[in-house]
Amino acid sequence: MTGRSAISAQHRALLTERLLACLGKDNIVLDVESQRPWECDALPLYRDLPLLVALPATVAQVKTVLQVCHEFDVPVVARGAGTGVTAGSMPHPEGVLLSLSRLDRILDIDPLARTARVETGVSNLAISAAAAQYGLYYAPDPSSQIACSIGGNVAANSGGVHCLKYGLTTHNLLAIKALTVEGEELALGSAGLDSPGYDLMALMTGSEGLLAVVTEVTVKLLPVPQAAKLVLAGFDSVRAASDAVGAIIAAGIIPAGLEMLDRLTIQAVEDYVNAGYPRDAEAVLLCELDGTEEEVAEHTATVSALLGELGASTLHVARDEAERALLWKGRKAAFPAVGRLAPDYYCMDGTIPRAQLAHVLEQIALLSKEYALPVANVFHAGDGNLHPLILFDAGNPEEIRKAEAFGARILTLSVEVGGSITGEHGVGLEKIRQMPAQFGEAELLLFEEIKAAFDPALNLNPGKGIPILKRCQEYRALPARHRHD
Amino acid sequence: MIESTDIADTLVEAVIGAAEARAPLCIVGGNSKQLLAGRHCDATPLQVGGHRGIVDYTPEELVITARAGTPIAEIESTLSAEGQTLASEPPRYDGAGTLGGTLACNLSGPARPWSGALRDAVLGLRLIDGRGQHLRFGGRVMKNVAGYDVSRLQAGALGTLGVITEVSLKVMPRSEFTTTLAFALPAAQAIDTMNRRAAVPSPLNGALWHAGRLFLRLSGAQSAVAQCAREWGGEPVSAQDAPWESLREMPEALFDQAQNQPLPLYRLSVGSASSLGDLDERCIIDWCGALRWLPSEQALSSVHAIAAANGGHASLFRGGDRSGEVRAPLAPAQQGVQQRLKQAFDPGAIFNPGRLYSWL
Repeated sequence: MTGRSAISAQHRALLTERLLACLGKDNIVLDVESQRPWECDALPLYRDLPLLVALPATVAQVKTVLQVCHEFDVPVVARGAGTGVTAGSMPHPEGVLLSLSRLDRILDIDPLARTARVETGVSNLAISAAAAQYGLYYAPDPSSQIACSIGGNVAANSGGVHCLKYGLTTHNLLAIKALTVEGEELALGSAGLDSPGYDLMALMTGSEGLLAVVTEVTVKLLPVPQAAKLVLAGFDSVRAASDAVGAIIAAGIIPAGLEMLDRLTIQAVEDYVNAGYPRDAEAVLLCELDGTEEEVAEHTATVSALLGELGASTLHVARDEAERALLWKGRKAAFPAVGRLAPDYYCMDGTIPRAQLAHVLEQIALLSKEYALPVANVFHAGDGNLHPLILFDAGNPEEIRKAEAFGARILTLSVEVGGSITGEHGVGLEKIRQMPAQFGEAELLLFEEIKAAFDPALNLNPGKGIPILKRCQEYRALPARHRHD
Repeated sequence: MIESTDIADTLVEAVIGAAEARAPLCIVGGNSKQLLAGRHCDATPLQVGGHRGIVDYTPEELVITARAGTPIAEIESTLSAEGQTLASEPPRYDGAGTLGGTLACNLSGPARPWSGALRDAVLGLRLIDGRGQHLRFGGRVMKNVAGYDVSRLQAGALGTLGVITEVSLKVMPRSEFTTTLAFALPAAQAIDTMNRRAAVPSPLNGALWHAGRLFLRLSGAQSAVAQCAREWGGEPVSAQDAPWESLREMPEALFDQAQNQPLPLYRLSVGSASSLGDLDERCIIDWCGALRWLPSEQALSSVHAIAAANGGHASLFRGGDRSGEVRAPLAPAQQGVQQRLKQAFDPGAIFNPGRLYSWL
């Protein structure tokens, strides 16, 4: 853990005084014990405490915090709901933790144009809840959607179980408002479907709070599908299930969701929520089809026939909404269910070409033996986005080391087969050492230049997302706080 | 048989040479869009059209990778043989439009509101930057959030950030069945109707109004299309008479070309349900209302003011004065970021100088 700040006590006192004057004492958290809720995100392996936590309630206050921090040249880490799993919003010990959770107003819903304009702290699910009265919803549905904020979704370019058909956050945004590190407003996107000049909204989406601070988001809303059916198929081998994934897509059908769970996960889920998965299967596929009544009926018949031909040992179409919800509950409870099998788990997020699924899963099984750590697999098979859960005991330093090494091997493997180290969780602090596995030095240097185009002093979320190469640290004469090697 | 030639090394050398000589380059693919989308660009042409061919196509992965000079038409015929398609329906410009140029201009056809732009389909690309480095961003997988989304940033950048050499795209299964319905309606009522139709579940994936007629295109499973067509009524339009092909290739062809000298063509990107008042009657209204084509002799600033009042922006797409600005101005903070980004990618300012804005 990094120690408390290197910033001088006097400088710190002045900064605190200024922010207290601007925001009021109710919007600033100073003492260490009260700061604990902000010390980490949903990856508690990494934690730290900031100089202070700022809790602005208005965009004007966010602007003030940024202006003051800019004046004092201190790092700012923006945080939404803290549901990230890569330590992307872990506080900086010499900086201000800027919590945006109080900016939680839904500003406008336009049912005819099918858009929602909301403040950055509004939860993902709250948008769909507010749009439901018009028969509309916001499509990206990360599994943390009950809590995660839309601003955080933009920072992470969040996906979810339905993104093969409906896209990621980047495909579902119309406009964002953001503040630069100096506190200047950037209005990106438009009410139309594009904007003049460079597509800075694309660049901001997935930028992990390194380029600017998002304050307002306008999203596209879609009509709630008329019908949805869930097909469950059990297979005697992971390979057969993996091949079925490609076969469904090759048949010209884009399922709304296509998820796979392996044997260890199936057992854990059944013990935990009794979802009704076949305990004797090596792998279970969940294939959801949505659309109009006619379309869903047609596609359900096609997919069922196909899965039967491909040797599914169990084949079942959810009878009604209650059973569909139960089968999904199993998938959504998979992480906590697996969590009961060991003191801790470490979730990876590599993405691979679908054709490599069987190969990569077999390699992961071999690595599991090599490191003597069990691994459970539950993932977005349709997207090739793996979520291996490595089981370990964080109380045992040797196991932490092994789990991290095992995870790094999985990420390298993903890149080797033509994939990515992260499909939807982001790099944060957790995967920053794996970035050179995916990118060459020239690409990493360009990332750094992009960062500097927005934030020349590198004060927004330093140490996360993109590695700052040694060469650059010297070139920019950056303080040691930007180092992480 | 599709021609396949890799001239990446030649392109890299040319860029390094230009950077050393500080001699700007004008990037040319199939030379189909030189007179539209951007400002006039006066520099030595860099011919990318010879860098062509499909590098990889795996239908069950829904991914195609092709060199930038590959014509869109060739990519489409390759996909079509496997029952797949580019969902964004980019223009083919008589076979001349290339993948790289189409992405640089981010041109998309009538399916765009439902199926996304070419921008949305991009999974990764290769790019030669202004230092002559041949870089690789993104990949060939559906989801990838490592690093900044440099691939998508190239959409609409008009080649000012680098030479796109190779692109990987997500492709989609071709719709099983398509039908078009027409309704006689004034513009204001058509805008309302198309947006109302888009707000309920349906196989809608094209909505156009022009010259007193609203056209709705339904596309998807045959049973769903047939059921929706029965419910919505209207007059069935045959595939030959449907406006979608013209709209995709050259929307102004739909206007009455009685004038000898066609007017400059403006492209207004606005909120889909917004009303431009009487002006709407003079537009082609595509993208379910979000895109309006307007022939006009007015200055960009006055046309843009109308679009801006409806949450959007205007650009001079074709004709008019192409030595002045053809896009809406940006706020100073954003302009500053854009200039610094250009500097990051192209420090010697050699790529397509002034094509996007006079100051880029």
